[in-house]
Amino acid sequence: MQKMYSRPSPSGQVNKNMVPKDQTVTFLLNYSKALRVFDYQNITFETLLN
Amino acid sequence: MKKSKSTDAVLVTAYLQGDESALSTLITRHKQRIYSFIYSKVFDRDVAEDVFQDTFIKVINSLKRGKYNEEGKFLPWVMRISHNLVIDHFRKNNRMPKFENNTDFNIFSVLSDNSLNAENSMIKGQVASDVRRLVEELPDDQKQVLLMRIYKDMSFKEISQQTGVSINTALGRMRYALINLRKVIDKHNIVLTD
Repeated sequence: MQKMYSRPSPSGQVNKNMVPKDQTVTFLLNYSKALRVFDYQNITFETLLN
Repeated sequence: MKKSKSTDAVLVTAYLQGDESALSTLITRHKQRIYSFIYSKVFDRDVAEDVFQDTFIKVINSLKRGKYNEEGKFLPWVMRISHNLVIDHFRKNNRMPKFENNTDFNIFSVLSDNSLNAENSMIKGQVASDVRRLVEELPDDQKQVLLMRIYKDMSFKEISQQTGVSINTALGRMRYALINLRKVIDKHNIVLTD
């Protein structure tokens, strides 16, 4: 039998239907809701209210 | 339903006006593509998750600070951010994706580079020039035999023919040349190793 010294690149194995976990998406949405950015006299303030 | 048909540009505008659900729609619409792209680079679910999260944190920050100007290129913009974060990830870990060796075959046994590195080739050059200078110090008859044997790679038979002495004389001169070289090296504590 012929011996194979190579194997398919991992890129061929990537499942195109992969999605992030729901908790990651939820975290991002909560982060977005908590973040407030406002300007006051040429200064930008950021607040993160949890 | 109507929102899911809106273009990215419309959703971004809605989000900037305070509609948080627009962001949810944007993430839901593109999460598969972005996550798959990240995973195809890092091959680790946890790292992909982290990079995905950092990507959207950057997206949210940029949008809320008004640093994003809509040119109908929301997805390419997000992909570029995730691409940069993937690069940052590898830079931070100081490595690129590893080739995993099978136990019975090591790719580097085929790919190895046998040439000397810069330091070793400099040392080798210096040692060679030092030896050359020491050879110049030898008596002429010994030097002649040594140069013919070592540098010109001639046999002792050829050397004896060319110099007009017997083979034994040539052998003797070679022997004394080496002895004298060793003496000089020992006397001056010269180090000729790399």
